[in-house]
Amino acid sequence: MNRLKVAAMVSVGSHPASGRPCRAPLDARAVEMGLGLDGAELQMVHAGDPDNPALRDYLGMGLPTLTVLQQPAQGDSIPALLQWARREQPELLLLGCRANGGEDSGMAPFLLAQALGYAVVVDAVQIEVRDRELEIVQALPRGQRRLIRAELPCVVAVGAAAPAPRQSAYGPARRGRIAIEPVEPAVDIEAMHWEIQPARKRPKRLKVVKAKTAAERFMAATAVQGGGKTVRGVSPTEAARVIYDYLKEEELVTR
Amino acid sequence: MSDSQRPTRKRLDPRETELGQVGNSDRRRINRGQPQPIATAKRAGQRVRRDPRAERSISAGSAGRQRVSLRGLVTTGAETITTSVETGPRMVRIDEPAFLVSVVPDAPSGRLTGHDRDLLGVARSLADAGGGAVLMILFGPLKDDPGAAGADRVMTFEGPGFAGYAPELRSAAVIDAAAQTASRHLLFPDSAEGGGELGRRVAAQLGERPATGAWRVDPERTTCRIAAGKQDQVRPTPRVLLVAAEAADPVSDALYEARPLPTPEVVGAVLLEDGGRIAVDPDDVALAEAEFIVSAGNGVQDWDSFHQLATRLGAAEAGSRVVVDAGFIPRFRQVGATGTLVTARGYLAFGISGAPQHLQGITQCDHVIAVNTELGCDMMKRASLSVVGDAQAIMPELIRLVEVEGEQA
Repeated sequence: MNRLKVAAMVSVGSHPASGRPCRAPLDARAVEMGLGLDGAELQMVHAGDPDNPALRDYLGMGLPTLTVLQQPAQGDSIPALLQWARREQPELLLLGCRANGGEDSGMAPFLLAQALGYAVVVDAVQIEVRDRELEIVQALPRGQRRLIRAELPCVVAVGAAAPAPRQSAYGPARRGRIAIEPVEPAVDIEAMHWEIQPARKRPKRLKVVKAKTAAERFMAATAVQGGGKTVRGVSPTEAARVIYDYLKEEELVTR
Repeated sequence: MSDSQRPTRKRLDPRETELGQVGNSDRRRINRGQPQPIATAKRAGQRVRRDPRAERSISAGSAGRQRVSLRGLVTTGAETITTSVETGPRMVRIDEPAFLVSVVPDAPSGRLTGHDRDLLGVARSLADAGGGAVLMILFGPLKDDPGAAGADRVMTFEGPGFAGYAPELRSAAVIDAAAQTASRHLLFPDSAEGGGELGRRVAAQLGERPATGAWRVDPERTTCRIAAGKQDQVRPTPRVLLVAAEAADPVSDALYEARPLPTPEVVGAVLLEDGGRIAVDPDDVALAEAEFIVSAGNGVQDWDSFHQLATRLGAAEAGSRVVVDAGFIPRFRQVGATGTLVTARGYLAFGISGAPQHLQGITQCDHVIAVNTELGCDMMKRASLSVVGDAQAIMPELIRLVEVEGEQA
């Protein structure tokens, strides 16, 4: 039985406190997920500068080699990654939902899937491969989870709720090999005309009272907000029915 | 020698220096520029004065004593007259818009979120700047008023294919709708509720480069937060925008038409199958993130029923400070100023009177249901549904009802 070809596409992030280059948190989770797949042949690939010290952190997670498609760090990585994926034909592509320190648009999984004709699932926290079938657990807001079934080939973007990546070990990081492949540099012409500036603090939203008269302003400031429905003088059975109907109408209970 | 007799130094009159020849007259006057027309109006006695007696005789249609209250001028003992004119929201109708701005709100379970309303505010600013209109694209019915939220047109895709998790068919539908209406912009909320994913899918399929995390949008330029929140990117406003929360104020003072538009037939390849929600133990989720909370206060004595009800409803358990201090609920499940500030969509409170510290903890809850023996307490005023009754009697009835309904379903 031939082994499942899995590729983890990694990028370089910036440390939240020091700003130094490090593993991108979500990409590291994607590598961790790939390492946890039984019977899979995992490859790591990066498009950018092979001398970046953060790439060694990925090798420290246990894989012997990291393929680097050499191009300037500011270039567009998608064409290079696509070219590589078309040649290597991985059946499962793992990557973080969004980068950390670049444009961070979160478009990479969708662009790759669109160009390759793969299915795409985002915010994955767990995957299971059975024959050619994938069972993916997707994280939803408020700690909820959803099961998604897909068939290979597939792009799976890993979310922040996925298991934390293992620590990078020093020895394997030194021993690991960075295999450099030159690619045609793709210049992001559109983005060169965009203005980049330090993040400005966003204005806090103020509570605005849209009252036209002094009396309305006074009422808005003093009145207790209300207007809810009140049920009184009913039996407990009827009261329970009212509560249940309300819960059902607002879809708080699904059963 | 007295002071009056002392010889004084000859002083200079400052006006003397300013006097000059003004106009054609021979008289020397201080030159202050152009003569002021207001002075002539005043001299002519044109000032309009109020006549309070006349005003009062007009406003008081019938006999009765007049007094001025906070609500305006009121006549007691007769029909009430309010001087402030009751103006409803401004009605807006755009029949032939120059272009359309399409908005795809999340609207989970048919209700617009705060993020959705902010997004519609952005859409309105883009549309109003050039005489355009806002098209709201919905999947399934909306319980809120789309016109009050700012939609001129509404397109609702309904059918089993769009229900649940269907990002592929939905993105195909959005692309078809945008093509049919030739929308100038496509706006999505950059949220985890599905808008972020749908918007990126649509952008990838259209081959557009979207602005993501956009927080300042005008017709020419868009500012996006990039580089893990450390930088801003200013770029020309693209066709597809994924807008951050609070990027604009929601529409509040106008009512738009919300005219329904016919939906195109949608065909799209579906590669993903929705396996449904996975049951998550509500107590594993952090209380601040829980979606539905059942909370107990001092009015609860029947703790077996309380725990059973929470399990049956699939809700997280919580309590007020009193029951936590008494040891019935663990400290990390306390709601309020000294506990957790919760963001649940639903909050079902049994026997909680609503101390200010507790109400601070539930300010972000959308649907508060209070069960209490006393109607006048603050919790009942805060609640969207208040039930006067004993928690010990209502809880077992509710458990029974949930069981019966669960069997029928």
